[in-house]
Amino acid sequence: MSALVPLTAYYLRATFKSRFAVVFGAVQPLFFLLLFGPLFARSGVGSWDTLVPGLLVQLALMSSGLVGFGIVFDQRFGVLERLRVTPAGRTSLLLGRVLKDSVVLLVQAAAIVALGYAFGLRAPLPGVLLGLLLMVFLSVGMASVSYAAALTIRQELFAPLMSTLVIPLMLLSGALLPMSLAPAWLDAVSRFTPFRYAVEALRALFAGSYASSEVLWGVLVSAVFVVAGVVIGTRLFQRENA
Amino acid sequence: MIHARGLSRSFGAVEAVRGIDLDVSQGEIVGFLGPNGAGKTTTLRMLTTLLRPTSGTATVAGRDLFADPMEVRRRIGYVPQGNTVGPFSMVGEELRLQARLYGLRRAEAAERVDRLLTELDLPGMDQRPTASLSGGQKRRVDIAMGLLHRPALLFLDEPTTGLDPQSRANLWDHVRRLRDKDGVTVFLTTHYLEEADALCDRILIIDHGRIVASGTPAELKAAHGAGTLDDVFLAVTGRELREGAAA
Repeated sequence: MSALVPLTAYYLRATFKSRFAVVFGAVQPLFFLLLFGPLFARSGVGSWDTLVPGLLVQLALMSSGLVGFGIVFDQRFGVLERLRVTPAGRTSLLLGRVLKDSVVLLVQAAAIVALGYAFGLRAPLPGVLLGLLLMVFLSVGMASVSYAAALTIRQELFAPLMSTLVIPLMLLSGALLPMSLAPAWLDAVSRFTPFRYAVEALRALFAGSYASSEVLWGVLVSAVFVVAGVVIGTRLFQRENA
Repeated sequence: MIHARGLSRSFGAVEAVRGIDLDVSQGEIVGFLGPNGAGKTTTLRMLTTLLRPTSGTATVAGRDLFADPMEVRRRIGYVPQGNTVGPFSMVGEELRLQARLYGLRRAEAAERVDRLLTELDLPGMDQRPTASLSGGQKRRVDIAMGLLHRPALLFLDEPTTGLDPQSRANLWDHVRRLRDKDGVTVFLTTHYLEEADALCDRILIIDHGRIVASGTPAELKAAHGAGTLDDVFLAVTGRELREGAAA
């Protein structure tokens, strides 16, 4: 694990060198906040306190879901092989990137929450902070899965495939409109996606009900997702090793 | 330094390496030659823990390849055939990260990188973006990547391909110095037979995944009544090719 600190620091330096990428990763949720939020707040479906948690999960999906693209280049330029031949732990090779992604996500999420407050978000700060914590936790799983996908599927397919896949995952999570409005079949389908539980947990946290069953389920499902993601990701860094 | 028995690797139905035995002693410079697709890189990637052999056993730098790959990685340096850095990074930053991954502390890593940049004739390159380097400079950065942790055993996969004659000669000197000064064992592949002749204590020739000849350059030439390694190479790989056609 001693490799984790230099790796994370290295990736952070590299990422924040290009601020454009950091801003661009949050562009979609920002559009929803600016151009959809005002409609939503007057729709009678819910308030900013309902929408912002959904947008944070959307952000986690969009931002962390596509991070694997970075490793495609590392693979092409031989960087990945160079890292794999060192004694650095395979989990560190994965988590160094993932922790960087978490920091980027937090910066992006903070911007969305700040804008949300400007528009009319009323959520209590402890609830928001706990919500951000859960979102970052979830994103560790999402980023790991993204890297795993990038190491598995053909390079040129990664970007189109992942950017398409995150759309149904996002819609099924109820990030934009709560699943309580859904017909029974859609509600049932959405229960098979981990992000629905995260969205509901974040909404509960933003509403200040910290000890609710939604929070419990959100934490449990996210934990399973994170463990599965990290294990699969590490395996793929390990793959083909002697 | 390297002891391998029956090392094999298949990719689907293709047998890239078919049960090779290898013995390399400490301090040797061994040249591993063969036509394209003969199994050179596959063998190197197996010996450097990057590719799991389909069968066989190997001890590399005193550690079992299968039981103890982490300890093998600590003791070996590997310079792959292709690049080791992307175009958008700074030379020094990449090297320092690599040194840290080999377990050097921050200050040690900085010192070691400075030292290697000087030794490999890359002065003032620390803050240079890798995209601005010449082919020869880039190759020397790749080589520095494999030397940061002072490995006892160094694998070089076509280290001089694409270099001009001057850079190539410099690299030979550097490899010789590593062996003479630090006792580093070097296992390298090359397409340049005169390079193998000039640099290597011993030559192994691989073809169709099998070792078809082995010995000092002088022994090989004598055995095949050949004047140059080129003649030896044609003799052994040519014969092997005809056997393949007959079978």
